Amino acid sequence: MIKTKDVESIVVRLAGDSGDGIQLMGSQFAVSTALSGADFATFPDYPAEIRAPAGTLFGVSAYQINLGGGPITTAGDSPDVLVAFNPAALRVSLPMLRQGALIVLNNDGFGKRSLVKAGYGTDPREDGTLDHFQVVAADIGRLNLEAVAEFGLSKSDGGRCKNFWALGVLLWMFGRDLAPIEAWIERRLADKPTLRDANLAALHAGHAYGETSELQAALPQVELREAEPEPGEYRSITGAEALALGIAAAGELAGRQVLFCSYPITPSSPLLHRLTRLWETGVGTFQAEDEIAAICAAIGASYGGMIGVTSSSGPGIALKTEAMGLAVSAELPLLIVDWQRGGPSTGLPTKTEQSDLYQAVYGRNGDTPMPVLAAASAGDCFDMAIEATRIAIRHMTPVILLADGYLSNAAEPWKLPDFDAIEPIAVPPVPAPSEDVSPQRQAFTRDPQTFGRAWITPGMRQLVHRIGGLEKDIDTGHISYDPDNHQRMTDLRQAKVDSVADFIPDQAVEIGPDRGELAVVGWGSTYGPIYQAARRTGASFVHLRHLSPLPGNLRELLSRFDKVLVPEMNNGQLCSLLRDRLCLETISYPKVSGQPFTIAELIERIESELEGGKLCARG
Amino acid sequence: MRTGLTAKDFTSSQEIRWCPGCGDYAILKSVTKALADGGADPDNTVFVSGIGCAARFPYYVETYGFHTIHGRAPAVATGLKLANPDLAVWVVTGDGDGLSIGGNHLLHALRRNTDLKILLFNNEIYGLTKGQYSPTSRIGTTSPSSPAGSVDMPVSPGQFALGAGGRFFARAIDTDKRGMAETLEAAHAFEGASLVEILQNCIVYNQDVFAAVTDRATAAEHQLHLTHGEPMLFGKNRDQGIGFDPERFTLHIVDAQTSPDAILVHDETNLAVARMLVDLTIPMAFGVIYRQPARTYEDDFYAQHPTKMKRERSVADLIAGPSSWRVPKAG
Ligand code: SF4
Repeated sequence: MIKTKDVESIVVRLAGDSGDGIQLMGSQFAVSTALSGADFATFPDYPAEIRAPAGTLFGVSAYQINLGGGPITTAGDSPDVLVAFNPAALRVSLPMLRQGALIVLNNDGFGKRSLVKAGYGTDPREDGTLDHFQVVAADIGRLNLEAVAEFGLSKSDGGRCKNFWALGVLLWMFGRDLAPIEAWIERRLADKPTLRDANLAALHAGHAYGETSELQAALPQVELREAEPEPGEYRSITGAEALALGIAAAGELAGRQVLFCSYPITPSSPLLHRLTRLWETGVGTFQAEDEIAAICAAIGASYGGMIGVTSSSGPGIALKTEAMGLAVSAELPLLIVDWQRGGPSTGLPTKTEQSDLYQAVYGRNGDTPMPVLAAASAGDCFDMAIEATRIAIRHMTPVILLADGYLSNAAEPWKLPDFDAIEPIAVPPVPAPSEDVSPQRQAFTRDPQTFGRAWITPGMRQLVHRIGGLEKDIDTGHISYDPDNHQRMTDLRQAKVDSVADFIPDQAVEIGPDRGELAVVGWGSTYGPIYQAARRTGASFVHLRHLSPLPGNLRELLSRFDKVLVPEMNNGQLCSLLRDRLCLETISYPKVSGQPFTIAELIERIESELEGGKLCARG
Repeated sequence: MRTGLTAKDFTSSQEIRWCPGCGDYAILKSVTKALADGGADPDNTVFVSGIGCAARFPYYVETYGFHTIHGRAPAVATGLKLANPDLAVWVVTGDGDGLSIGGNHLLHALRRNTDLKILLFNNEIYGLTKGQYSPTSRIGTTSPSSPAGSVDMPVSPGQFALGAGGRFFARAIDTDKRGMAETLEAAHAFEGASLVEILQNCIVYNQDVFAAVTDRATAAEHQLHLTHGEPMLFGKNRDQGIGFDPERFTLHIVDAQTSPDAILVHDETNLAVARMLVDLTIPMAFGVIYRQPARTYEDDFYAQHPTKMKRERSVADLIAGPSSWRVPKAG
């Protein structure tokens, strides 16, 4: 039973067919949550197929949101409320639910055929399956059709309004204001008045249902304890939105235009879509013919003086590998965003993973080092896009920024940064034409601290020179096959990436003491669950944003702990990296299921480490 | 435009590494001359190449240059052209680089009509990797990788270009100074993707593969030099011409003396005839075979962009998104 007033946070899961409009309903509920002042985190979980066969288990689309008084950093382990539109949605979600959770079912979705498709021999509403839950079975389909009957829509068009009907119920449950959602429908469907009115009617009908139905007693109204966020202006943001803004911001901070070149791939495409809406900030978007063309065009743009950016997920990043080497060799700035997903090969395109760390750090031919960073949360994508671009320009090098499928779609409240307070990105100065020094040499004269060279671009007067992927003389910049020179250039490329560490802040402890029994080390989107697990167990939490090079003090910091536990959504890649770079033995806690860590499983593992004495081997 | 420069001004000081006698030398000469004659500005001109013998080209031209990776030059050049549409961007590629590993990029550069001058050195062989057969090698080409003769059907650069929606296709012979000058001048002046196929003699791995067409003794009977608006005549005494056979829907050779009216007048905007001309073998067509200008990709890219890529709004204005809320200071 969900109690009123004293709930710290509550997890709501919406599930149905991919055609049921679950993602839309979820994102609107998130907007409403944001406007109500609660803290929240979301997890859209949808199938890889665009229109998966209706009613099947693999066609279930779900949207989970955790909301409450905060700090909320994950979408929650076990839902307290489930809205299920059909038996498949129920079946897939049931194992996750908390005992006693409230289940709102759409009766009209529970026909015989749908039960069979979901693999139910008997009706779960009647066979005792739901005994440990509170069940509200409503004729959502029928009630919705009645509500929209007056608009003369076809049965299928009318049926499609049922997500707003259900949203109406949900908004009533949480005592939310309908106005922002109404405004959104009016904006979105301004040119389709019939659909607009039908959706509004469905929303109102659902809301009225909550208020007037006899089931009122069963549908508890929830009033959450208010979040106590820092004062300031907030918005709801997904990782893709934040990264797009971060890229545009980096361009503005450097005083350069941005050309974003990419090829559509899940889950990277939302970034491309977002950036098209930021054109006015001096951003252009180019949809290339393939992944290789995308990075090559971005390299061409950087060569031409814009900030070249490309983005993909693991398989596409693999295709871009050779071109990354070109950018390293030509010493051009470039930002490469990798939205990691489940692998190998096509793997689990819509699920999340952190398994491209090796690829990012080690995955190139030749000795071809590149800086690698990772964003921790949706909002952090903004900061990391700026940081990655800053490094790319300062050191004249391509940089990989790791994000993942979870971050791309997940939304969280984000305190707006004070844009004017962000330090501008300094661009290495261009030398004046000289009688004594050839432009070829000028182009490859490097800053002694950053090893960044001058960003001379075609069109500049009297600085004609040539660049390319062949090894070049360390001083003159001309082609060179000299053995000693190749050694020196290899050393220089490594020194350049190593020098990044001189510019990044020392690694700090996120929460917990800076020495002691156990440090939990995370990177990327595991920030949320690890933060909560550490907070509740008292373990120290160290979160890495710079993965290559690692912060200079990291080894010393981690050495102050008896044990270091590394949970990550891959088979232990950061663990190997720490051993390689810091000669540090850590305990690996891998999870490769395409699903984020739950707080509960992390707490369990941390507690067992805290009880279990010293362990040096990988777990 | 820069005037007063000579071919020498466009020749870099780099030591040239092609095999002595390679057709590339003649091409380099023609290109540097065409740049000077066309008033090219070295500061505003870029040569982009991929990998292969031809791809060394940018090192030898005194302009900006970018020697990239195998097959990808058109993609790099596209990004460069979008970043700075004022640049004159040349792409140098070969039959392996442009039609095998980089076929996809060439296809898309042509269909987009990005303003790139693309020189495709066709020697029907892989030179830099030591003589394997290439996508333009004729069936039966023996090479280290095809000792019994290649069995795959060669691709026709002309058909490829026209099929991809290219708006400019020309053909020239490496050592034919006049033909080279004419086609390069036309390509230089063309706004859009211009593909120039240059028959290039690789003296090491595919010596004389074009001998039938290029031999002085037989050249007149084997070469058809096209000029827009002029009848399609060839032969030592220009006594033969190209006509259209309506029954078989093909081009055929007609006697210029007996049937002068049957000879076609070259209309470089006629795509249907161009498709037939690129496939002629005896005689082989040279000069500008097809030219039909259209808006370039970068023109449309900038025209559609609401601020022409300029920064007219600060991210600070957009950061709040469609709806934001304020958390007041406590108390
Ligand atoms: S191998 Fe052939 S194409 Fe290459 S440089 Fe030598 S002659 Fe020219």
